[in-house]
Amino acid sequence: MEQPVRSDLPVAERKGARLGRRLAPYLLGAPASLWLALFFVVPMFTMLSLSLQTCDPVTLACRLTWHVGEFPQAVGEFHAYFLRSIQYGGAATVIDLVVAFPLAYWIAFRARRKSFFLLMLLLPFFVSFVIRTLTWQFILSDQGLILGTLKNLHLLPQDFHVLATGWAVTAGIAYNFLPFTALPLYVALERIDPRVLEAAADLYASRSMAFLRVTLPLAIPGIFAAFLLTFVPAVGDFVNATILGGTSNLMVGNIIQNKFLLFTDYPAASALSAILMAVLLVGIALYSRVLGSRTIEEYV
Amino acid sequence: MSHQDHQLDPALARGLTMPRMSRRELFRYAGVGVGALGLSALLEACGTKGVTSSGSSAQASAGVGSQEWWAKQTLHHQLNFANWPYYIDTAHGKHPSIEQFQQKTGIQVNYTEPIDDNVTFYQSKLRPVLQAGQPTGYDIVVLTNNDWPLSQMMELGWLIPLNHEMMKNFDQYASHLVKDPTWDPGNKYTMAWQSGYTCLGYNTKYVKEPVTSVQILWDEKYAGKIGMFANAGELGSIGLLALGIDPATSTPDDWKKAADKLQQQKDAGIVRSYYDQDYIKALKNEDIWISQVWSGDVFQAATYQGYPQLKIAIPDEGAMFWTDNMCIPLLAENPLDAMTYMDYVYDPQVQALIEDYNAYVCPVPAAKEIIAKQLKDPTVANSPTVFPDAHMQSLSRNYYQFKNNEELTEWNNLFVPIFQ
Repeated sequence: MEQPVRSDLPVAERKGARLGRRLAPYLLGAPASLWLALFFVVPMFTMLSLSLQTCDPVTLACRLTWHVGEFPQAVGEFHAYFLRSIQYGGAATVIDLVVAFPLAYWIAFRARRKSFFLLMLLLPFFVSFVIRTLTWQFILSDQGLILGTLKNLHLLPQDFHVLATGWAVTAGIAYNFLPFTALPLYVALERIDPRVLEAAADLYASRSMAFLRVTLPLAIPGIFAAFLLTFVPAVGDFVNATILGGTSNLMVGNIIQNKFLLFTDYPAASALSAILMAVLLVGIALYSRVLGSRTIEEYV
Repeated sequence: MSHQDHQLDPALARGLTMPRMSRRELFRYAGVGVGALGLSALLEACGTKGVTSSGSSAQASAGVGSQEWWAKQTLHHQLNFANWPYYIDTAHGKHPSIEQFQQKTGIQVNYTEPIDDNVTFYQSKLRPVLQAGQPTGYDIVVLTNNDWPLSQMMELGWLIPLNHEMMKNFDQYASHLVKDPTWDPGNKYTMAWQSGYTCLGYNTKYVKEPVTSVQILWDEKYAGKIGMFANAGELGSIGLLALGIDPATSTPDDWKKAADKLQQQKDAGIVRSYYDQDYIKALKNEDIWISQVWSGDVFQAATYQGYPQLKIAIPDEGAMFWTDNMCIPLLAENPLDAMTYMDYVYDPQVQALIEDYNAYVCPVPAAKEIIAKQLKDPTVANSPTVFPDAHMQSLSRNYYQFKNNEELTEWNNLFVPIFQ
């Protein structure tokens, strides 16, 4: 039953209510903003600051000296590692998109028990990242289950190996990050109203035409998010290179880790991190320009 | 799965979970209104405070480690012991030597295995905490003499000098190899846990020839099947041995030649990968056939874990001899309990239990008889890499002792780019 509008309330109280309404979004946003400030803005500025500091190697006392030399040195010494990281991360992302799109499409449109298949997709996450990667090391070992058997059948030469190659690292990254690609794609595809596809059919679009002109454009926000969520952590990954790689497969993440932990060369490590971040940001900005003229808000 | 199979590389795990910035710093500036500061001021505010000129910011009461100081300590009946993985007698998930200690003394031991690498452990768990003047939470930590954290902790005064009145077993039974050692004259701060050799390990299924020289690591015949250590100290030392140079008396010119030799080995595609602790897995999986190894790992794998095809070789050029040392970090909460334990392991009966599992180099020669007669394990008792004979001792080589930070940096700059 509808309540009659009460006009007998004092005006002051209504003003207070309006103020509350105006403040509400800020209050609601406060925890997230605080979180972002604490755990993103502060560390990021600490990192940028460190890259411009000079540290005593023994006492680790650092002073801000605005010494920018770390940047050209990092690029000069380690550019090959940056390129390799982008190569491995990029290849893994492309593999993931190619594998995950049909998978997400199938779960979104065809699967009977969606939640079951989504659970299957997420199940590997219940096992630690490192253990999963170590398991691949075991499976792919030179005389292991797969390669050993194939070698015994003389289908592969005796010195064939997968581990300690760039292929192993790329495959490891692709495997580990697949759910990050599949889930955003699934969310985007699942939102598509089946009736628009019916409408496309009514307007004499063939199945492939409907896919290209309707489904795919509607999935672009998902593709964009999937790309970001996969590519960014993939480029910075160092676990796969350590466990599955060989002598010339280390990525920039490994260098940053060594600089921080083995050498306590904080300025160099911070400079490397800052460069990696800048490269990724520029790349993503270009990518978003290419993928369409829409604003980021429309994608996310 | 055997217990070795789910041994993930703890260095990796630590790398994944460790904050890149010190957490302390983050909170120090958390209260600063980010928007209120200009960029420059903000960047300035992020400076790190190093240790002070007095060397350490860990606040120790005066006279720590003196006789008066020790006299004031009391037993707390608890002990936090940080050791390396798989480095103590283990049966059915328990450690018999520790069980006995707890029964005998009533001291409860919290035994943990957080150490996988001297530098990462020091940088993540010891240095930041001690620098903040806080106790580390460990009463005993085990650090190796061939890496710089141990000597830096001594220099900065971050170790509690031992109570020599409580070292009865040590005085009576410790081997001359670990008594009054060069890295800690008079055992002021440390007592050895175990020593060991960094030598060669190989798979007899694939390597049919006798392994007598480190030159085999440069043999193209085994290209892609050779493992080396991703550790500047170990890598540089074996490079020097390959050139016939004793690392302990080497010069920076020698280091350059060794680095060239190792670079050539890498460029020729002979090395499969540069490994951390997980080299032993690669060796077991037959991914590598010959590798730099730590003597005890291969001994354990061959004797107890079903890999009898794995063998240790002490090359004619010599093998690097290192010692892991028990020490008490400054501000440790239970120093008296720690001393009690450290001397307890020098009881030959106790050491026999530990050694029979570890099979590294035993710091108590008297344990040999007990392992042979009471534990009936002649394999361990008669192994020259557990109880080194005169020949073995003549092949032992010591690491280069860095005189200052510049030397250490020079060494690292030469050898790290090889494995990185």
